This record gives sequence, structure tokens and C-alpha cells, in this order.
Amino acid sequence: MKIAIIKYNAGNIHSVRLALQREGIEPLVTDDPDQIQNADKVIFPGVGEASTAMDYLKQNGLDQIITNLTQPFLGICLGLQLMCAHSEENDTECLGIFDNQIKKFPPKDKVPHMGWNTISNLSNGLFKGIKNGSYVYFVHSFYAELSETMIAQTEYILPYASALQKDNYYAVQFHPEKSGKVGAQILRNFLDL
Amino acid sequence: MLTKRIIPCLDIRDGETVKGVNFVNIRSAGDPVALGKAYAEQGADELVFLDITATVEERSTFVELVKDIALNVNIPFTVGGGVSTEKHVSSLLDAGADKITINSAAVKEPGLIDRLAKNFGSQCVVLAIDTKYADFEWTVYVHGGRKPTGINTMKWAKEAVDRGAGEILLTSMNHDGTKNGFALDITSTLSEALPIPVIASGGAGTCDHFVDVFTKGKADAALAASIFHFGEIPIPTLKQYLHEHNITVRL
Repeated sequence: MKIAIIKYNAGNIHSVRLALQREGIEPLVTDDPDQIQNADKVIFPGVGEASTAMDYLKQNGLDQIITNLTQPFLGICLGLQLMCAHSEENDTECLGIFDNQIKKFPPKDKVPHMGWNTISNLSNGLFKGIKNGSYVYFVHSFYAELSETMIAQTEYILPYASALQKDNYYAVQFHPEKSGKVGAQILRNFLDL
Repeated sequence: MLTKRIIPCLDIRDGETVKGVNFVNIRSAGDPVALGKAYAEQGADELVFLDITATVEERSTFVELVKDIALNVNIPFTVGGGVSTEKHVSSLLDAGADKITINSAAVKEPGLIDRLAKNFGSQCVVLAIDTKYADFEWTVYVHGGRKPTGINTMKWAKEAVDRGAGEILLTSMNHDGTKNGFALDITSTLSEALPIPVIASGGAGTCDHFVDVFTKGKADAALAASIFHFGEIPIPTLKQYLHEHNITVRL
């Protein structure tokens, strides 16, 4: 199975690669359009700032590539946010795969939302074998609003969409690559799609 | 609900854990990778690895070790010890660490916090503060607690937040090593005043000490070393105890 991890100017690409290696898969970390288009599955990780990341994707033509893929595609953390319509982080137009708006957490508690929290209302093959209320690891200051495309919900300060799915596009706000056994199962489920 | 975090801390010298570690089912008790994996499987929420070596050669050994940890451990981990430059931070993050801690170097040159936050993101910048209560004031100590700075701990913590620190790792030197409980007053003062998480460190001896640091101390996370390494309190036992005392933990 050919797995491509999209290489761009954001962090955590290595940790996703290592998590796949733990599953016995050697992914291709690449920004080459042909290699991305020809992969069986594509992972779009990211830790960083939305506008800088979007600028980079556009300059390298990766925005057009990403939005026209047909194989299973998984966005992680900033990846999820960039797949939505718009982010309040530096007023950034994003890829628009999902209609969700990305908003900043109101400062009613500590921000970023950092640590282990639950996912519930799980309703997708991505969460096969995962119990409602399982804990996964989050680090983020912006969140996706609840929507019809939501496949997992989390509460921090307010309820928000912690995973989304539409057609071949999947996205999670948490870090499956850092979420112990639960995270490893979610990655395996994605590889099995 | 966001959980409170339990964080074992491992001191590393020349690629090996320093203190004797009494752990069941581990062949090489000095192997940080095996220990890290075992802690992760027991339910540790994060890990901290501190490089306590002094020489440049040993530093590169530590970077290799970080790569090995990153490949084998599937929970977040923080590394630190003598971190003083962006280049050093970059090499540790590239090796697969999720966060780094800075301490003395940030006191000496506070602009380091700004640069690290800007270049790598606040989420990976953990400011470690060694603090001591004397003459009616909590102040900051550096160089492994050997050198007083006279800087007020709250003042320094607030400045660090303004400069972009993402978390505070607070060690009370009055409590560290005593096993008589965490410093509840300074921990709660900091945690309530700051908009970022505070990790309490120093003084853990019993399960009740952890209950206290999360309730009275308002800590977001608690770090300990010897009680975990010597198996005095297994992590599953501790987490079950916290759960029974209505503290949200990941079981």
C-alpha cells in the first residue's frame, strides 16, 4: 500500500511518519503532485499557523491537487482546519472541502486546549472498534463548529466537531499519532478504508 | 472533559536512565526507550526526558536517543536539559520530540522564549521554573537550583507567558525529594493567574499528594520521578485512586 504524507511547512510530519512505521508501513513524505495523486491513501498532517500554511500550499499548487483527489484522505489537526471553508486564524480562506468555519476558543479556560479529552457521537468506519468516550490527545487553539459532516464531537469550553467526513475526505482535530492505542487503532482503520 | 495529566520524568545520562529503576518486566532497567514504552502502556499521559549530561558529545547521543523514543513511544513526550539555542531545539524537535523545556538559558536571555515560540509554536515551548520559598517570597533559581536569581516567581512566569511560553513546569525546591507533598500554594497561585497549563513537580510521595495538587493546587498536570521508577506507586493504581476521588483522568 502506497501512503503519501503531504510535505509542507508545518510540524508533526515526522511523528505521523513514525506512527505509520509502527504499523509496519513506510510512507512517502512528498510534495510531488504525481506521487500524491498516485498514492493509495493520503495523509495531510500539520501543526502550525493557518495563513502561512495556506500560502505555501497555494504557491506550490498543492491546494488544487488536494481538493481533486479521490482516494481516502486524512487531515490531522491543522490539516482538518485547512480543509474547512475559513479560519479566524489571521482571517484565512482555506480549502473549502468542508463548509465549517474555524473559530478561536473564547478565553473562558486555558487556551490552547492541550491534553487528553474524549471523543463521542462516533459515527463512522474511521472509529470502528473505538468506544464512545475514548480519550485522545489534543493541542489546538482553534476549533471547527458543529456540522452535518461531523463524525466525532468533543467538549472543551464548548461542544465542537473533533472529526469530519465527506466523500473520500476524513479529518481529525486530535493527534492519532500521539494518542496511544486508541490513536493507533484509528490510524489502522484509516489504512483499512 | 479534559483530563489531569500524570507525567513520569526520566533523567538521562549518556543514553541511559540515571537513577536505578525498579520496574517489573523490563530487562534493561537503564533503557529509556523500554521504560518510556512501559510507562505509556501503564497509562502515563506524557513523558519527560531530561538530559543531565554536560558535554557536547553526549548531547548528540541524546538526540539519537530522542529519535529512538519517537519511533517507539505513542504518547507525547518532552525533552530538556541544558537547552539554550534555537539550533539545539530544532535538532530535538526534528528528532521527534513534541515539546522542549528551557530553564536557565531563558532566565539569562528571555528573548529566547519569543524566538522559540515564533519559530516552533508556543505549544512546544515548556518553561521550567525551579523555585524556592525563603524570606516570605517565592523566587527563581537556575543552574539546577544552585544559583539564586532574586527574580519573583510569579513575575517571571507572567513574563514568560507574554513572551510565548506554552506551559510552565514548576518545581519547588523546598518540596523536591521530600515525598511530603507538592507546593500547593505557589502552584495554585500560578495556575489560577496564568492562561496556560501548569505542571507541578517536586514532593510526590503518596496518592493523596496528587489529589491535593489537582484540587487545592489547581495543577493541570503532575510530574514525578522516583515514586514511579521504584514502583512505589504504579500509575494504574494512582489513576484509579484519582478517579475514585472525582478527578478526571484517562483510564
